[in-house]
Amino acid sequence: MQELVERARTVVQDGALGYDQKVRRLAALATEAIPYPTLSEDCRQALDARVICDLYEGHAPYTARYILPDYDLALRQGLRFLELDPPQDLDDALAFLQIMYAHVPSVTTYPVYLGDLDKLLERFVPADMTDEQLDRTLRRFWIGIDRMVPDAFAHLDVGPHDGRVVRSIFRVERSLRQAVPNITLKVDPAVTPDDLIEDGVRTVFETGKPHFVNHPMMVADHGERYAAVSCYNSLKIGGGAHTLVRLNLKEAALRHHGTSEEFMAAALPHWVELTAELTEARIRSLVEEQRFFETHWLANEGLIDLHRFSAMFGIFGLAECVNRLMALDGKDHGGAGRYGHDLDADVLAMRVVERVAELVAARPMPYCEGGQGRCYLHSQGGIDLDDHVTAGTRIPVGDEPDLLQHITTCAPHHEHFAAGISDIFHVDETAVRNPGAMVDIIKGALDQGMRDFTFNLADNEFVRITGYLVRKRDLAQIAGQHAVRHTSDQLAAGSENAYHLTERTVQRVGCHERTPR
Amino acid sequence: MSAPLAERRTPSGLVAGTIAFSSVDGPGNRFVVFLQGCNFDCVACHNPHTIPGRAAIDGDHQGPQRLRVPDLLHQIGRAAPFIRGITVSGGEATLQAGFVEALFRAVKEDPALAALTCFIDSNGAADPMTWDRLAPLTDGVMVDLKSFDPEIHHRLTGQGNADVLASIRHLHHLRRLHEVRLLLLAGWNDDPALIRRTGEWLATVDPTMRVKVIGFRLHGARPHDPPLVEPTAGRLQEAAAILRATAPFDIAVI
Repeated sequence: MQELVERARTVVQDGALGYDQKVRRLAALATEAIPYPTLSEDCRQALDARVICDLYEGHAPYTARYILPDYDLALRQGLRFLELDPPQDLDDALAFLQIMYAHVPSVTTYPVYLGDLDKLLERFVPADMTDEQLDRTLRRFWIGIDRMVPDAFAHLDVGPHDGRVVRSIFRVERSLRQAVPNITLKVDPAVTPDDLIEDGVRTVFETGKPHFVNHPMMVADHGERYAAVSCYNSLKIGGGAHTLVRLNLKEAALRHHGTSEEFMAAALPHWVELTAELTEARIRSLVEEQRFFETHWLANEGLIDLHRFSAMFGIFGLAECVNRLMALDGKDHGGAGRYGHDLDADVLAMRVVERVAELVAARPMPYCEGGQGRCYLHSQGGIDLDDHVTAGTRIPVGDEPDLLQHITTCAPHHEHFAAGISDIFHVDETAVRNPGAMVDIIKGALDQGMRDFTFNLADNEFVRITGYLVRKRDLAQIAGQHAVRHTSDQLAAGSENAYHLTERTVQRVGCHERTPR
Repeated sequence: MSAPLAERRTPSGLVAGTIAFSSVDGPGNRFVVFLQGCNFDCVACHNPHTIPGRAAIDGDHQGPQRLRVPDLLHQIGRAAPFIRGITVSGGEATLQAGFVEALFRAVKEDPALAALTCFIDSNGAADPMTWDRLAPLTDGVMVDLKSFDPEIHHRLTGQGNADVLASIRHLHHLRRLHEVRLLLLAGWNDDPALIRRTGEWLATVDPTMRVKVIGFRLHGARPHDPPLVEPTAGRLQEAAAILRATAPFDIAVI
């Protein structure tokens, strides 16, 4: 109790936190007074040792972690709970969405999904509205999102089809240069014109957004109704993920002393089962104890459906895991035999991922019909508390091979991660004068089986911390103990202090999500 | 003795280096082959190690390698899903025209690579017969014009510019001129009157051609006495404005 008091005091006296941010952190602290869901002794120890990690969602989850409301259905049938009729015009629709955003729950308290905005809005744009009028309208809405949903995990999707709204969104993005919202462009080579991808590339040069996702691959895994939300999390619309529990492969490998074969045969099944046990306990707590789906209006009005939910099984630290196994096998060749630089190491990395995928696919999970009764696999980008462990299945920052080798090493992993994978590629500024070159690379990467493609430009004002963005000047403010508007900036500052990410100019940066602090 | 038959069928080239992805050597993303050897000796060269008798400035270049066409096809094949084409640069690529021809032919005949375009980045010193020979296999040529003034051109490169001007006209005639590049060095070839004369002459070839105005950058170039100077951004824009006033060129400033 004394510790709780001290932590609460630290929060209320933190000069770098705004009022709303303090309220949210105090609420998170409060659930820690409730006993944690019952776990086996092995599971408890693995959690305490952080071999497995619950992302500090609190002891008693009372909302699903990632919720993707069916905004299209909401706009067509209206909202009983919020007493809103179906909108009749563009202004109505934008006001409707803005109101709804304020009431969509998540563990950050801000919605992680804002809709497939071009599809939602296209039918409301009058034929006689000029592009200038459309831009002005969306610009006002965009400023509203950034100021009222001040969290870079708030994510919207556009594409794969071209249209007036997606073009306007890119123009508004380039003119405003805001960290929020995060954006994904769905790319289907059969329907997405190169010119639209190039428009997206130009927008990345200005704002670090959008991400590009492999639409046909996503549709094969989730059906047409899917979206990319938060940081690289691809989930079903009208559904989502109850929770995200992750396995630290580096820590698992450090506790292993046999061969890589023995790691696959015995160690991995052990840790995967403990991760699954923690996931199941948290799902049951949310669904059976807190009865989220029986009580929330989104479920009552059919805008989310328990049957379209699953949970996310995250892995990270693959690089350190593989490098240790190579050493245990006596094949590290004094450090040369490492992930991203050695064919044997890359093959071993693939086998670790395939083995985890096989184990997760064999473990039934309750209330996960969205994933056919199994967890979705996710290559998890990391959080601000991670130290000296590489995000997801990435090659460590600073150790990346050239772009071609980098892409061809990462691409084969992507098919296994239905819920998303967060490789980030960095390009030098010569690409700015030739955006077509990036279009070629993006299309090639998707063609080679990449699910998610994100690139950073060297020396951009925006720094991509995971999938989300912060402005360098906001990081400087936190260092000076001034409050900043975006909650995600606080998380970025934690990583910046730990990794000095912004000092590595032409480097990828780590990915991370919500933490308790 | 002549070379063994197999080797003559697959000619080899002296290659200074390759880059899998480049966004500065033609349209889209491209695989670039830098061929060793040059018939110019440019004071502003960024790859001086490709000039016979000159060493690299940044020092991390391996010596040139003799590679055969299949060696390069293998490398190009890895990059193929991600590129729009290949570019041979240098050095001066046309000095090894036979190898370039064999490489381009092999790319066009390989079903997995046939969609790739084949470009040449040249100093323009090749004769018309060389261009006639390469044209059927070449999609575009980017030609550097170091100076329209023959005397300045000689001081910059060690050679006159008559062949370069003839190449620009001939490549346009062959419909293979992708762009003309003007590399500007402050105080050497950036005089407004000279830029205007350059534009007037280019307009006689094609008033809508792509012209790239490129500012000289010190990185990679060898020391010179007196030191070479990078032109200011304003000076480059001024040059572009002069060209624009001459003809409706498609101009990019870099």
